Amino acid sequence: MTSLAPSSTVVTTTSLAQPVEAVEHGHGDFRMFGLLLFLVADGMTFAGFFAAYLTFRAVNPLPPGSNYELELLLPSLNTVLLVVSSFTFHRGGKQLLAGNRSGCRPWLLLTAALGSAFLAGQMVEYFSLPFGLTENLFASTFYALTGFHGLHVTLGVICILVVWFQTRDQGRVTASEPFGLEAAELYWHFVDVIWLVLFGLLYVL
Amino acid sequence: MTIPTSLITLVLGMVLVLGGLWVGQNVNLLPVDASSNAPVYDALFQVLFSIGTILFVGVTGLLIFSLVRFRRLPGDQGDGVAIEGNLPLEILWTAIPAVVVLFVGIYSYDIYERMGGMTPLNGHEAMHGDASSLMLAEHQSHGDAMAAPALLREGPGSSSTLLADDPGEAQPERVWGGISSAAGDALPVELTAMQFAFIFHYPDSSITSGELHVPVGRPVQLRMEARDVIHAFWVPQFRLKQDVIPGQPTVMSFTPTRPGTYPIVCAELCGPYHGGMRTNVVVHEQEAFEAWIRQNAPAAPSTVALAAAPPTG
Amino acid sequence: MTVASPESFQGSLQPQGWLRYFSFSLDHKVIGLQYLVTGFIFYLIGGALAGVIRTELASPISDFISRETYNEVLTLHGTVMIFLWIVPVVNGGFGNYLIPFYVGARDMAFPRLNAVAFWMIPPAGILLISSYFISGAAQSGWTAYPPLSITTPAAGQVVWILSVLLLGGSSIFGAINFIATVLKLRQPGLKLMQLPMYCWAMLGTSILVVLSTPVLAGTLILLSFDIVAHTGFFNPALGGNVVVYQHLFWFYSHPAVYIMVLPAFGLVSEILPIHARKPLFGYTTMVYSILGIVFLGLIVWAHHMFTSGTPPWMRLFFTIATSFIAVPTGIKFFNWLATLWGGKIALNSAMLFSCAFIFHFVFGGITGVALAQVPFDIHVHDTYFVVGHFHYIVYGGTVFVIFAAIYHWYPKFTGRMLNEDLGRLHFLLTFVGFNLCFLPQHWLGLNGMPRRVAEYDPAFTTLNQASSIGALLMAISTLPLLYNVIWSAFRGQVAGDNPWRALTPEWLTSSPPPVENWVGAAPLVHEPYAYGVPADQIDLNATSGRDLWSDGRS
Ligand code: HEA
Ligand code: HEA
Ligand code: CUA
Ligand SMILES: [Cu+2]
Repeated sequence: MTSLAPSSTVVTTTSLAQPVEAVEHGHGDFRMFGLLLFLVADGMTFAGFFAAYLTFRAVNPLPPGSNYELELLLPSLNTVLLVVSSFTFHRGGKQLLAGNRSGCRPWLLLTAALGSAFLAGQMVEYFSLPFGLTENLFASTFYALTGFHGLHVTLGVICILVVWFQTRDQGRVTASEPFGLEAAELYWHFVDVIWLVLFGLLYVL
Repeated sequence: MTIPTSLITLVLGMVLVLGGLWVGQNVNLLPVDASSNAPVYDALFQVLFSIGTILFVGVTGLLIFSLVRFRRLPGDQGDGVAIEGNLPLEILWTAIPAVVVLFVGIYSYDIYERMGGMTPLNGHEAMHGDASSLMLAEHQSHGDAMAAPALLREGPGSSSTLLADDPGEAQPERVWGGISSAAGDALPVELTAMQFAFIFHYPDSSITSGELHVPVGRPVQLRMEARDVIHAFWVPQFRLKQDVIPGQPTVMSFTPTRPGTYPIVCAELCGPYHGGMRTNVVVHEQEAFEAWIRQNAPAAPSTVALAAAPPTG
Repeated sequence: MTVASPESFQGSLQPQGWLRYFSFSLDHKVIGLQYLVTGFIFYLIGGALAGVIRTELASPISDFISRETYNEVLTLHGTVMIFLWIVPVVNGGFGNYLIPFYVGARDMAFPRLNAVAFWMIPPAGILLISSYFISGAAQSGWTAYPPLSITTPAAGQVVWILSVLLLGGSSIFGAINFIATVLKLRQPGLKLMQLPMYCWAMLGTSILVVLSTPVLAGTLILLSFDIVAHTGFFNPALGGNVVVYQHLFWFYSHPAVYIMVLPAFGLVSEILPIHARKPLFGYTTMVYSILGIVFLGLIVWAHHMFTSGTPPWMRLFFTIATSFIAVPTGIKFFNWLATLWGGKIALNSAMLFSCAFIFHFVFGGITGVALAQVPFDIHVHDTYFVVGHFHYIVYGGTVFVIFAAIYHWYPKFTGRMLNEDLGRLHFLLTFVGFNLCFLPQHWLGLNGMPRRVAEYDPAFTTLNQASSIGALLMAISTLPLLYNVIWSAFRGQVAGDNPWRALTPEWLTSSPPPVENWVGAAPLVHEPYAYGVPADQIDLNATSGRDLWSDGRS
């Protein structure tokens, strides 16, 4: 019953030198790759929102007199904060990889602070806007987009704080096991890039 | 084994193609045709049916032949031939479907053109008369949709935009459409769809009716808008369907060719009574249509529509 | 499913005991079977709902259930069948079971994520079904078009959205896992172009999932805002736009149809060569056609919206793009026919179901290409013609492949064969019932019966009754299958490790396989389809068809 087809020579076996455990646990670390795929998916969610926003804008007229000249000063400031935070995160990451854990931690805190400042700025903007969520189509889209992005920033800040905690002396994130930090950093850059697109679409366009 | 296989294949192929064409010519799967684009549609159907038959019978024939011819006989544990591929063959069966599909695409484009599906969408708001269409054109040219006032502010329950037949009130708006082959003398009818009924309004004679009455041979232009949810206007005998969308007027026109009564079916799920949302379109001879207008017109019937009606043939 | 006499477990590392299958197991084989069994339970539920539909439609008036209930049943049927049966089974079920074997790995790249993805499914399904009993289920069809979905009772619709979001999330996690496993976890020395075709199918499917499912998630979030927070994205009364929803929805849901069928293509590509004892014909073109379908699948969505008032150029573009999907798909079908040609075909249940798949899918594909032609679609859109089209593809295609795959891999799952006679009975009943049920629907659609109606023109009664009888036959046909699967688990003929004399790696271990798939090192299979006698060694008088095909390698 177990006889193979004539050309069973094509079936070879890997060298037995590799113990079972090594094969199982020895495979490379694909977590960054997995995260990257997840970010592609997440990016597609935003892409869907952007497409909806652009179509609404092109096709659906707003009621007369609805104001949608947005204040530019605060959001621009926010943009600067977020872009700067990407650089501070990067600095921190470099410190960690260089083996300097204590040098890395302040940068992480600074990044988290910048992120929080962004969120605070966002809240200030929300409260000063003349329109509410259900005011009109633009208002709803505006809040949906910035809100969804704000959720991402919040999650990012939490991740940064967790990483910050894990870079303490007994922490799990080290120069030889930097996954937590690298993942948080990649995610943070992603959130940053999304904001730039969003800023361009909502405020500049 | 005296007849070469290639000859058998050739003969079988020809029988298949001719048989497919014959079947396509002789199928009768569609309801009667009652509009000017129904025969065009049926011609397309025949072509699609022929191609489909040829492909399907061909593939099925090959499949069944292989299953019978190459079935494993009891006790045989051997293998088939080790053929891993054949580039010329694979190119052949990439090319054939590509050509077929290209042909079908171009042909159906032509059909669609003949049915009036390629008419620019915003070019035929002429239903409110020339004045309003000029106005619309002018507004359109400003192009800034964001600056334009909304068209359906009032929401469900109001249809002032829809039923405004005074050209002065016409709002600049985007009209979407499906099929449109109407010339300038089309009979304008406004269709309002709601859960769960179609209401027809004749702006020329101010008639409002739950059934659509049209004269045979004259183009009819329907301007459709829904009050609540999406519905769809479908007359199987006209081979025409168009969604009726809230907040987004659509237009469609057709020319009935066969007097009779045909069902109008709502084809888009619109709630529990979606299945019951049906009415009729009655295609009259010209005189009967005029009689219907006279009987149903409110106190002061407008005769503009009748005066403008073309002679029917 | 792995209940077998104790001897068969001797010396194997297979987890013992039923509890494994109800636990948060990280073993890809356990997870695969969890998907399969869960999916099958939902198939029975979805099928029972279809039974309710067909009972209602046996008479032209709405008499069996109320019209609201009909719409709830219809929505649940579509949602359950797509999101809880087809997608989890052909992706999650077979994907998890087979992919690690095929790439020579001992598990998936992210076992924990894998288990999480599976365990999102039962709560989502229970949530969905229970909404029917608690608040009333969603009533707006599986497409949930606004404004209908905004105006029907909110509770059911919101539960529907939550449930679909969970299922979509599960699907995305699964897809990330498959991509990582296929691309990164391959055994050293195994090239991409040496993988069994199912890996390619899953790679393509997973790319579609990652690119399109998030868009559905975003859209449903916006829709839930419209329902709960009274925003107006898709509500024309508040200045919104209903057609935007349709674009976003179909941007996911068209690719979703390839998410449902590409894995089935992959499974067929595994089954045919083994039972025809020939190599898979045209490996390279098969791979490229999968990639072609993935690409085209992403740019054809608006063919579901030909009557929604889209601009003419858009309709033209989507007609052409859609029609062209017939080209890569055709390549696959002709290659399968060529795989059969000149083989030694075993006409067992797995083969019968696979061939019926070819038969049905070509039919459904041809009606699909007809639907892609705008002028044709304008008449039959939203009618029973469309219902006929997609059941020919999802049931006649994918579900038939799932059955074929069950007959093919059952010996691997359990170490025992399924009963062949019962298998053929199952096939016969399903085949007859299926065609009787769905073939008449094409005529109904052409002649004026819209879909999603509880009542219809009495002129259509006879054919609807024929269709209902077909559905009854299909329901009966599940009995031999269920009996067979349960009975054979205990009493079936012992299969041995490799009853089909197959070469793909999952057969090169014991059946059922040990926990880490192979007791020793993993086999490195460079040519998974190396069946067949080379053409120059063959006894020319004993074969046939040689004059039509020439050896591609010579
Ligand atoms: C697994 C699921 C699946 C698959 C694979 C397909 C495959 C295809 N579908 Fe289908 N479809 C659905 C599931 C599926 N569909 C569903 C669920 C709906 C309804 C949704 C709803 O509204 O609820 C739908 C609806 C649907 C519509 C919209 C109809 C309407 O609502 O008006 C259209 C229109 O273009 C369409 C087209 C096609 C085409 C062209 C293919 C092609 O991929 C088919 C290609 C295959 C072949 C052509 C056969 C093999 C090829 C050959 C033998 C080569 C030679 C052939 C030629 C040259 C033609 N489908
Ligand atoms: C994706 C897979 C899939 C599958 C496999 C099926 C399978 C079936 N479908 Fe379905 N169907 C859809 C997907 C699917 N469907 C979708 C997406 C829609 C559109 C929904 C919408 O419009 O929104 C639809 C719509 C749809 C309609 C149109 C309804 C309408 O528009 O009004 C009909 C009508 O005949 C139908 C019938 C059937 C039948 C008879 C089966 C049969 O093949 C089922 C056979 C199986 C069984 C009969 C199970 C047998 C088991 C039992 C009976 C055991 C008893 C149960 C318990 C003990 C719990 N389906
Ligand atoms: Cu109106 Cu269906
Ligand atoms: Cu589609």
